[in-house]
Amino acid sequence: MKRIDILRGAVLAATVLATGGLLAGGHDERGSDRLPPVANGVWQAECTSCHEPYHPGLLPARSWQAMMAGLDRHFGENAALDAPVRDEITLFLVANAADRNGNRRSAKIAASIPAAAAPLRITETRYIRAKHDEIRADVWKRPAVGSAANCAACHTTAGQGDFSEHNVTIPKAGIATVAGHPTGPASVR
Amino acid sequence: MRHLILSSLAALAASLPAVAVEAATPQQLVADYAAQATKESPSFREFSAARGAELYRQQRTRTDGVSTSCSGCHTADPRATGRTRANKDIAPLAPVANPKRFTDVAHVEKWFSRNCPDVLERVCTAQEKGDFITWLLSVK
Repeated sequence: MKRIDILRGAVLAATVLATGGLLAGGHDERGSDRLPPVANGVWQAECTSCHEPYHPGLLPARSWQAMMAGLDRHFGENAALDAPVRDEITLFLVANAADRNGNRRSAKIAASIPAAAAPLRITETRYIRAKHDEIRADVWKRPAVGSAANCAACHTTAGQGDFSEHNVTIPKAGIATVAGHPTGPASVR
Repeated sequence: MRHLILSSLAALAASLPAVAVEAATPQQLVADYAAQATKESPSFREFSAARGAELYRQQRTRTDGVSTSCSGCHTADPRATGRTRANKDIAPLAPVANPKRFTDVAHVEKWFSRNCPDVLERVCTAQEKGDFITWLLSVK
């Protein structure tokens, strides 16, 4: 067990270093509206078994900490994780959070949230609400969208941290295919 | 050189996480749950596919008023691809359609420990888990 802990630590350190490297590296993501690339295998595997990967730069560290502390009642569902896995994901989310990653768009999100608040829904932050204020209520309910939690339904490049308006395609009413999740052979688990 | 490769491989193998060790066959899993079920209840005899199917299809109103069931997300046909509330595909539960099912103890336990409280508002017994897998294994 001890060996595994050490290993987890090493993997985690490598991940944090790699992320730092990306931030400080040739691509200047800091001043960009595009969120910096992030990668963590455990985060990817665990979180995307139920939903799209929400970029850690979309919420401040205190929100992620609150989120990860309440996984047994996660938006109405039990998403509990074993403590080592939960802690690894928390460290990754916090290290790359909106108030920590130095990215311009993330900083705007963070600045739009009152200091005493730790929202769990990205769509409840003032910045994100304001950005979507022209979207009519029925658009969110279209079959291909489902809800405001489905960023990738319209933000075709959300997976790359790119939420630029140029890459938004709002699905028409009556098209049932969910963007990013084409119906076809099932993904493994 | 060969020595170096071998020792590197050995080091790599030693560093692999414990998850790989827990690989199993569905039949092994069922046997483990049978042993647990006997411990939990001395009157336990054998698993029942019919009880497993009933558990899967049972529509239940939770104390918060929400109506839930396994089939709500996994669909009425366990060979079909389900969908999470957040629009993500769920690979089929029946091993006939998805041979990876019930081959990883930690994965199986993680999902029982999440979904039983979500649907039944309590953990599942070993007998329920065994019934459930026995039924899914019987689906052709």
